[in-house]
Amino acid sequence: MTTTHINFLDLSVYYGSHKAVDEVTMKIRKNEIFGIVGPANSGKTTLLKTINRTLDLITGTRTTGEVSIDGTNVRSIRNVNHLRRRIGMVFPLPVGLPLTVYENVAYAPRRAGIHDKDTLDELVEQCLKQSVLWDEVKDRLDTLGTKLSGGQQQRLTLARALAHQPEILCLDEFSIAIDPVTTMKIEDILVQLKEQMTIVLVTNLTQQARRLASHVAFLNASQLVEWGETEKMFNNPEKEITGRYLNGDFG
Amino acid sequence: MPEVANTTQLAQSRFAAGPIEQRKVLVEGIAKKLMLVAALCLIVPVLSIITYIFFKAAPVLGLDFLWGVPEGGGTGGGIWPPLIGTFFLVLVSLCICAPIGIMSGIYLNEYAPDNWFTRVINMAVTSLAGVPSIVHALFGVGAFVLTFGMGESLLAASCTIAVMTIPVLITSTREALSAVPMAFRQACWNMGATKWQTIRTIVLPNSISGILTGVILEVSRAAGETAPILFTGAAASIPFMADSLGDKLMPYYLGDKFMALSYHLKVVADKLNDVPEAMKYGTAAVLIGLIFILNSFSIVLRMYLRSRKKW
Repeated sequence: MTTTHINFLDLSVYYGSHKAVDEVTMKIRKNEIFGIVGPANSGKTTLLKTINRTLDLITGTRTTGEVSIDGTNVRSIRNVNHLRRRIGMVFPLPVGLPLTVYENVAYAPRRAGIHDKDTLDELVEQCLKQSVLWDEVKDRLDTLGTKLSGGQQQRLTLARALAHQPEILCLDEFSIAIDPVTTMKIEDILVQLKEQMTIVLVTNLTQQARRLASHVAFLNASQLVEWGETEKMFNNPEKEITGRYLNGDFG
Repeated sequence: MPEVANTTQLAQSRFAAGPIEQRKVLVEGIAKKLMLVAALCLIVPVLSIITYIFFKAAPVLGLDFLWGVPEGGGTGGGIWPPLIGTFFLVLVSLCICAPIGIMSGIYLNEYAPDNWFTRVINMAVTSLAGVPSIVHALFGVGAFVLTFGMGESLLAASCTIAVMTIPVLITSTREALSAVPMAFRQACWNMGATKWQTIRTIVLPNSISGILTGVILEVSRAAGETAPILFTGAAASIPFMADSLGDKLMPYYLGDKFMALSYHLKVVADKLNDVPEAMKYGTAAVLIGLIFILNSFSIVLRMYLRSRKKW
């Protein structure tokens, strides 16, 4: 249970001359929920993008240091799409693809070569249940994903990320458009899901990190201030600024 | 009761327009009317051209005119040969320019990295779009008629039209593609879809209406051009032997010289005295009508595809 799953080693990311991530070194263990918190523009999302290498798609970026998954440097993976299929990503802006709800969830499995209808049906239902969207859409799976409400699209994005059965699930502010009750339900499911996958949770809600994560990292101004066990970070952090931020006393 | 009246009065005075508000309303009204007048001005030339031409052409317009063969060097008879010639010109150049234009548009918008090579291609596209059609015509003579040995033929003329059309097609394709939000692509890439899978499943289905509209509009515009076909294959008059219906529907082969509406119009219009006026206007009316039909077709197609659009 203590195997390292994702390893950041001296990782720096530059957008042109701006350093967005500054020499981050930390380890994320298998089957844990790892919380990343920090103020806006501190490099949280950029950090996630280095894991599935979607950062490559932005021109003018440069990275030094390395990110490795199970000991393999992600830079050395030749088929980047294969890497991305192992990682589920949910970004804060909900994007329903211009397809039906069903096809949204079935998108990744289909691209990976699953065409059997029964398998897909089962997978779609399971993922929509996991993202607490099933009850709201089960009677209208053929409406367009883009026609759902913001919060529903957000959960659809989550279902889509789960549909390719990733081994790492990165959630970037997943609850931003979702009501508190549904958020709680999803949080319960995340706790179950970590049996099957490692979850990296970027959140602005420090209490959400406290509820879910076993380890938390605090980023500020592109730098990793510190990371460690959640309760220690909240109660007895090494740096004063960490405690102030995590306990909502920052400014 | 007096209190109620008082509140109403208060509300009215609070929302009453002050001098600045009144000026805003005035300026807004003037601006709107000015722009409406400008838009109306557009309709006037279109309507007058169409009315004038069709009025003058009325005596000859009819099925006999469309279906008939020119007689006496265009002084009488119909205009079937140039009409079917233009149709084939459009068809053949469409087959050449559509695949090349659409595919390069997709490459430039979806795949091309931002480097000097891409910038050179972009510059070439922009410059090519700005080349006057008569220069394209001369290029067509040099390249297709002489160098590639096509001779003055339907194929050479179609190629020339295609070269002229491709840069504009690339631009319209890119515009249609970039109207599809980037977020859709990113969502797909995040799920491990390849670029081509993303293009095939999300980008193309949502931009195809724009792409096809661009293709049809561009080709129909090119069909009305005279310069590019002038030296590359258009003939003033060819003996038209049409014994069977098949010959009449398929009178030209790729290697033949052909008649085309735009050039035919130039020919009959040049002969000031021998050609009855109605013949000239009739030819112009058919040319306009043909382009109008092509445009309407593209509008209908766009409406149909847009109704299936997903967001």
